[in-house]
Amino acid sequence: MELYNGPLDTKEIFGRWMDEQSESNYGAYIPFVGTIRAEDNIEALSFDIYEPVLQKWFDEWQEKAKALGAVVKMAHSIGDVPVHTSSYVSAVFSPKRRVALELIDEFVEDFKANAPIWKYDVIEGERIYAADRSTPMNGSGLLA
Amino acid sequence: MIKVEFLGPIGKASIEMEASTLADVSNRLKTDSELSSWLDKCAVALNDTMVNDLSIELKDGDRVSILPPVCGG
Repeated sequence: MELYNGPLDTKEIFGRWMDEQSESNYGAYIPFVGTIRAEDNIEALSFDIYEPVLQKWFDEWQEKAKALGAVVKMAHSIGDVPVHTSSYVSAVFSPKRRVALELIDEFVEDFKANAPIWKYDVIEGERIYAADRSTPMNGSGLLA
Repeated sequence: MIKVEFLGPIGKASIEMEASTLADVSNRLKTDSELSSWLDKCAVALNDTMVNDLSIELKDGDRVSILPPVCGG
């Protein structure tokens, strides 16, 4: 798992991940890129991350992937990420395509629902929590 | 004494309190009007492990994190 301040250098990350696995005999490598869209007058999105819980979440996914003979990778931005640049990339390597296709779907969806990352719109330099696009994590409401 | 920290957009400083279970933490936080719109949609971690049981016993120095709704990517 890799965290960076600001936008991701997607080509460097994907190229490096590919090089790292070049001798691993994986038949499928499926990358996913999340790019900031220009909408609702935003200049950028901005992110807070709680790394200790994110690392545990990601470690569990690595174990799940390993049990399927696969590898999951991810990188995410901290702080401001301008429109038309990338804040999130992930990838799955697996021996055959079917496992990787299914795993990238589950992995990205669970990431959206349970990775401890908070998103803010940046409009005229102001950071506004994206409350209406955010999802309560599993187990929410325990203390209510 | 345990510490309660509020992550992301909640924007509230950490607080310390006496509590023997998460139910005690709940009872205390429910009296805080700043948190009334947050608690029903927040998840909870104890020492960085996600938890889902109010009867969990707490010990001195434990750290409880309050995690509001997320949106990575």
